[in-house]
Amino acid sequence: MNNDANQTLEIVKSGLARRRRRETRFRWYGRIAIFIAMAFLALLLFSILARGISAFQQTYIAVDVYLNPEELAPPTPEHLGKVDFEGLIRQSLRETFPEVTGRRQKRALYRLVSSSAAYELRDWVLQHPDQLGKAVTIWVLAGSDVDMYMKGAVDVSVPEDQRRLKDDQIRWIEQLRQQGRLDLRFNKVFFLNGDSREPEQAGILVAFKGSLYMMIVTLALSFPLGIAAAIYLEEFAPKKNFWVDMVEININNLAAVPSIVFGLLGLAVFLGYFGLPRSTPLVGGLTLTLMTLPTVIIASRAALTAVPPSIREAALGVGASRTQTVFHHVLPLAMPGMLTGAIIGMARALGETAPLLMIGMVAFIVDPPQGLLDPATALPVQIYLWADSPERGFVERTSAAIIVLLVFLGLMNLLAVLLRRRLEKRW
Amino acid sequence: MKFNALSFAALLAAMSFNLQAATRNYIYVVGSSTVYPFTTTVAERFGKSTDFPTPKVESTGTGGGMKLFCAGIGVQHPDISDASRRIKRSEFERCQKNGVKEIVEIKIGYDGIVLGYSRKAPHAWNLSRRHIFLALAKEVPDPKNPGKLISNPYHQWNDIDPSLPAVAIKAYGPPPTSGTRDAFVELAMEGGCKTFDWIKELKKEDKHRYKSICHAIREDGAYVEAGENDNLIVQKLGADPNALGIFGFSFLDQNIDKINGAKIDGVEPTFENIAEGTYPVSRPLFIYVKKAHVGLIPGIPQFLDEYTSEKAWGDEGYLTDKGLIPMPKEEREKYRKTALEQIPLQSL
Repeated sequence: MNNDANQTLEIVKSGLARRRRRETRFRWYGRIAIFIAMAFLALLLFSILARGISAFQQTYIAVDVYLNPEELAPPTPEHLGKVDFEGLIRQSLRETFPEVTGRRQKRALYRLVSSSAAYELRDWVLQHPDQLGKAVTIWVLAGSDVDMYMKGAVDVSVPEDQRRLKDDQIRWIEQLRQQGRLDLRFNKVFFLNGDSREPEQAGILVAFKGSLYMMIVTLALSFPLGIAAAIYLEEFAPKKNFWVDMVEININNLAAVPSIVFGLLGLAVFLGYFGLPRSTPLVGGLTLTLMTLPTVIIASRAALTAVPPSIREAALGVGASRTQTVFHHVLPLAMPGMLTGAIIGMARALGETAPLLMIGMVAFIVDPPQGLLDPATALPVQIYLWADSPERGFVERTSAAIIVLLVFLGLMNLLAVLLRRRLEKRW
Repeated sequence: MKFNALSFAALLAAMSFNLQAATRNYIYVVGSSTVYPFTTTVAERFGKSTDFPTPKVESTGTGGGMKLFCAGIGVQHPDISDASRRIKRSEFERCQKNGVKEIVEIKIGYDGIVLGYSRKAPHAWNLSRRHIFLALAKEVPDPKNPGKLISNPYHQWNDIDPSLPAVAIKAYGPPPTSGTRDAFVELAMEGGCKTFDWIKELKKEDKHRYKSICHAIREDGAYVEAGENDNLIVQKLGADPNALGIFGFSFLDQNIDKINGAKIDGVEPTFENIAEGTYPVSRPLFIYVKKAHVGLIPGIPQFLDEYTSEKAWGDEGYLTDKGLIPMPKEEREKYRKTALEQIPLQSL
């Protein structure tokens, strides 16, 4: 008897080292897996940040102009609309560099200033009518090539005919820089403008508002619909019924359908059948609702299942009806899980481009949308459009838009975590 | 939670009711991704310098744009369609069938298609269209028996012509849905294909077979479909100095510090050569305007005025900065007249 026990102990002891080694090994596998995943994430974030961070600053150039009251008065929008502000800015540049002659040279000189400078000057005069008759220095956007040079993105070592910025232009820029007439400032334009063909004037306002409106529509529709469907299926629907099973299988399948299919559905139903206007956040939101609904239903059902049966039994036991049980006891406990599910579904919808391609949201839109029926784009679509633009200045804009999208996503996920922490009940 | 759903619904309803637009007050443009940079530039200037809202420009590709454009008359349909090729007969007929009777055709300029390569490449490329056809076609005439077709046997450029570099044939280009691809196939491939006399003869007898010989691109990996994104092709060339890339001239223009354009038939793809018409692989670009929408949607005549003004599409206009190759002066005048008087296309 004693012998037997000793033998067993021997067997256990001889295997112990091996078991411990296996345990250690397994832990290391896990650490390595996490390390690799983190390394990729860090690499991705680093490359985006390294490329995009410079887009949050923008080069401005100081221009001296004399506001001739004979030309500019009265400073009303109607009158100023007819004034040749571009000419004023060009004249100022010519005065700064009197040695520049010849058409080609002058054209190269004018390109130092963004084409929006004339409109900036006009708006400035509109706001400061008291400055008429004075010589003023105002800061306007510099051209994209100048901006790229100031940020060190132009390689000056290559021969002159192989770069966009010519030697003369670089000399002028250096001269302006020494005079303190070039300045890198915070890039307001990026947050206040819509899309533009000129990289220095392009901003994400239209895309940001478009995405925000779509998220509002999607949340407003998919959350109540999803929860209602989940509650019915989980709490009220008859079990082991053929039709209920069919519905369940279909919901699970729909969650795995590629998103472009929802785009086609949106095109056929919302644009084709209902005749809603193309490229609008309303249609985008409806299409994304179709896409997120299955996710929300599945997450909400999981949250309802996680509520212990004892809660329901206790409620029914003190005489509550089934509806009362669900709404007074089960739903409040399941709500944090449902909210998390909905927000994660929304975060996925926020990053979608494919369904939006089909409903006309891949478009050049300059004026910010005022409501759900004005044309707009979305953040991922804006990234796609800029990535496809030939101008070099759009490279940093693309990465900067990705940063904004990531921040937006991060905030939504943070909200999900906070809501869960706040509302979660433990028992 | 009833409260939550209700408040959201109320918010939604409020937002849509307040701003319900009964009619559209902005111009709506669809079409080619090649023309997109030009139309958007004009649209932006037009929006800034006039009281009209900035037109909405959708990038759908030429074919997709024509489909939307020809769907009918009314505010839900586009007013203008961008095209990197001429409207097809089938598209024109579809337009007619759907009530889009009067279409104004405006040629806006030219675009060169470039075979680009990295500046890091060890050799300069000097190709003929025949070289391009032999390198990229699916089936080529057998070198031993030129009257017969065999599937493309060439793997290296110097197999085609000993004067070409001894590197593997590899070209990054757009997929079949792209207008750039259509134009490349028609101008470069077909141009090389026609240098074989018997194939040229075939054009009169059996047009279908002629097209299938000249327009088919090989599918064994030498031609790599790189998607519609031309920037991606430019980046790939940087990483692969022996490869060629097929894209529009504006991408060469913007990336001139990284990319060289191959000479084709001895002509370099420069702004001047394309404008003069000596560079063989260039194509016209068009916009098509629905005449029935003039008056229905505000601002169309003013938009066309801006588009066809000398400061936009002239020799030194702002569109040339974006890579558009301007037309000769007489042609510009002719199309400006068409645009301002809205003279519709009679037939094809």
